[in-house]
This record gives sequence, structure tokens and C-alpha cells, in this order.
Amino acid sequence: MSHLDQVLPHGRVLRYSFGERLTHWAAAFSYIYLLLTGLAIWSPWCFWIAAVLGGGQTSRALHPWIGLTFFLAVMRMYSMWSPEMRMTAVDKQWWRSLHHYIQNEDDKMPPAGRYNAGQKALFWSFFYGAILLLLTGIVLWIPESIPWNLRWLRLVSVFLHPVAALATIANFLIHIYMSVFAERGAFGSVIRGDVSLEFAKRHHPGWYEEIVGGSRSAPRK
Amino acid sequence: MSQATLRVQKISGHAGSIPGEDTQRQYTVAKLVDTTTCIGCKACEVACVEWNDMPFSPTTFDNTYQTMPETRWNYWNLILFNEYEREDGSLMWLMRKNQCMHCADPGCLVACPADGAIVQYTNGIVDFQQDKCIGCGYCISGCPFNIPKFNKETKRVYKCTLCADRVSEGLEPACIKACPTGCLHFGSKEDMVVLAKQRAKQLKDNYNFPNAGVYDPKGVGGTGVIYVLHDATQPELYGGLPSNPTIPLAVKLWKGPLKWLGNIAMVGGLIGLFVHYLRFGPKDRDEAPPPQGARP
Repeated sequence: MSHLDQVLPHGRVLRYSFGERLTHWAAAFSYIYLLLTGLAIWSPWCFWIAAVLGGGQTSRALHPWIGLTFFLAVMRMYSMWSPEMRMTAVDKQWWRSLHHYIQNEDDKMPPAGRYNAGQKALFWSFFYGAILLLLTGIVLWIPESIPWNLRWLRLVSVFLHPVAALATIANFLIHIYMSVFAERGAFGSVIRGDVSLEFAKRHHPGWYEEIVGGSRSAPRK
Repeated sequence: MSQATLRVQKISGHAGSIPGEDTQRQYTVAKLVDTTTCIGCKACEVACVEWNDMPFSPTTFDNTYQTMPETRWNYWNLILFNEYEREDGSLMWLMRKNQCMHCADPGCLVACPADGAIVQYTNGIVDFQQDKCIGCGYCISGCPFNIPKFNKETKRVYKCTLCADRVSEGLEPACIKACPTGCLHFGSKEDMVVLAKQRAKQLKDNYNFPNAGVYDPKGVGGTGVIYVLHDATQPELYGGLPSNPTIPLAVKLWKGPLKWLGNIAMVGGLIGLFVHYLRFGPKDRDEAPPPQGARP
């Protein structure tokens, strides 16, 4: 497939295929449900959320199943995106220039590809977070079935499940902030799939070069 | 079960103050179990099942004098049996009445996230409120004594109530009433400790048990069930009674520093991102605004 397939009329360019968008929203909606019900169990001050979502028993019963959905969506992301998420030399420079990025001095940033180093870090934190949350979550799903002499499994899970959740929450907050507020056009791209050429050039110059400059390997559609 | 005449001093998963706290004072109650005079007759087991209206529970015969391997959601009181060979070759049949210990500092209550699903009354009884239980099972992980048991049908957790319904009416727990040897006593914690110490002294002075003593572990703030043991230096012999039970470290870390750090990080993160937006705004603010009707 030619990279030119990604260029759409009216100065638009396809950033996320239908499959990528569907997977993103499967993960996003399940994560938001897990976050809300998780917060309800995390703190008594948030327990009202469980009441709003149908009661504590309902939240406790559904949280593990929605968790499985989230895990499968993240694994689908892994199969789609992991080759693009490897750290490169540009990414190392990107981290060193992080202070410029934070101050919106994007012209001083090394040219990011389809994903910049921060997005890659987000991806890997969710990938490893999902695995850790699944492993500890299975134990917390059926604590009554863990025999007494294996109770350390329960205790490790009681502690690590919220630790892993907090790590993903930090990345989740930054992700929402970047995509909804900081980069105008990013939120629309994961719904309708396309961004403007200006968006591609400004935020992902390496990727822009691949598509429009037209040399290297074709990116995934 | 809810006891209208009992006031509450601790509530699980509860935000804010405790209704009625300190409006009424009561003696802290305790059961005293003298393992040295228990004959393992199981009258207390039967009385417990009967008073609490539990269905028949199938038993497991494993060539000992124990009814089943451990307590169940509908079998709250179990005499644990251990045949112990002493250094001189003589045998001891150790019987320990196992049930909820009603800790002053209950790990189940600390671990429970459901508002009001576990309460501690002012008399020290720790009681599960199944109507508020969400069935998460965190109490199972918080308990150092392996007491809360999950019912897969109702998806709620159950345990000994110390017969809170009887105690609130001025009666002794059913198990105490059924005991034929007088190895079970019930009263104020203060009185029970005095009685237990007297018995331990008697065992030391007159019965050749130099290590006799009282089990009232400080790691959980003391318990509402105290034991007189022939050998208080080896409580594990008595059906695995832990020598120094505490609320598990993982539960303490989770409910302590992790909760504070997590809350500060989450709220701080939200504030930080908001302030960042006020200071720096979106990344393309220096560009011309998109034409009317342009897609975001």
C-alpha cells in the first residue's frame, strides 16, 4: 500500500484507521469505567460513584469483566502498534528536550515520527500496567479461592493493584490533557481518523515527511 | 446483623464522622476460652449453628477430633484439634475453639471499602452488615486469623457476630451458654483478663505447666476472645494460632501512605495540568485560527 493512500482531499491526512479507532475506544470506555469503579473502592470519599453506577455490588461484579475487556483492547493495541513504539535515537533527544516541549517551544524539538517519545512511554506504561493489573486483578477477583498458605499472593495484589492503577492514572491524565486540550485536532483524529497536514507537520514532522515527502517505508493504514 | 441497642465506634469505608460516636459508653466484652479444660465436645459448635439458624453443614472426617478443616460461611465456630507429643513422649490433645477474635484493631474493617459493611460496636464486637457488603473479599485479605468466609451464592462474607443480638439483650453468646465444662466464660474484657491470669497462675503453680499464659495479642490491639494456653510460648500448636498477629503490612501501606501519596498525586496532577494550560495554552496558539466550520 502506498503511503499516498493516507493523504485525503482538502489538506487532510489519515492518522488512525477504523480498526485503530475502534480499539482505542474499546480501551478508553472500559478504562473510564474501571477508573470510576476503582476510585469508588479506593477511597470512602469516592464510594458515592459506585452508588451512581448501580451500587457497590454491581460495581464489584462488573469491574473484573470490564477489566478483561480493557486488557484485550490493550493487547490488540500491542499487536497493532508495538513495532512503531520502539525507542529510537530521536526519542532520546526528545526526552532531553522535554522542557522545550512542556513550554510549547515545538520548533526546538527533534522531529517526532508517527508517535513521539512521550506517546511511546504512555503506550508502554499502559501495556505493562495492563499486564500487572490483570495478574493482580485475577487474585482480587477470587480472594476466597486463594488458600491460606498462599495468602501472600492476595497481599501482594492488594498493594500492587492500586500502585499499577495509579501509574496508569498519571499517564491517563496527561494523555487526556494532550489530546483534548493541548493539541487541537488530536481528539477529532481518534474519532474521525484524519488530521490536517499542518497538524502532522507541527506535531509529527518525521511522520509528515514519510507521507508527503514520500521516501521510506509506508506507515500502517 | 443490625443491633439497634448497640452503638458503633468504627465503620468500614466511611467518609466523615461516625454517627452517635461517644454518646454511650459500654464495657468492652470478651470471651475467655480456657483450652486446658476444653474436652472437645463440640456443644459450642452446635449451639452456634442452632442459634444463628444455619443450615446443616456436611462434615469432613480426617481421623481427628475436628469437625471440618476450617470455619465456613455458615459454620462460624470450630474446635481445632492437634495431637502434640511432648519431650517426655507423652501426648497432649490440644483443643482450641476457633472463631472471630473480635480484634480491637480489626484488619477486616480497615481493609473493607464498603461504607458500613463492617462495624465495631462500642462494646468491641466486630460485626459484618451483609446488606452493605459488596463481596469484594478485601476483609479476607485483611484478617490475620483466616476468619471471614465468602458465600458464592449470596456473594457476601460472613463470620461470628459474637452473638451481638444476644449480647445486646444482656445474654451471653450461644457458645458460652452451651459449654458443659465451664472452659468458656463471657464478661467484661477487664474481668476476663483477671480470670485468665488467675487460671494461668494456677497452671504454673499447681499443674506443672511453667509456660502457661494468656493469649491476648497486642499486634491487633488485643482481642475480644482471649485464650488460656498450657504453653503460651507456642500458640502455633493450637491449630496455627499466630504468635504475633498484625494487620498485614500490605493492607497498612495501601490504606496509609499509598492512599495519601496517590491522592496528592492525582489532585496535584489535575491542578498542575490546569495551571499548565493557563500558562502555556494549546500548542498551536500562535497559528491562525481555523476557518469557520473547520473540523476540530
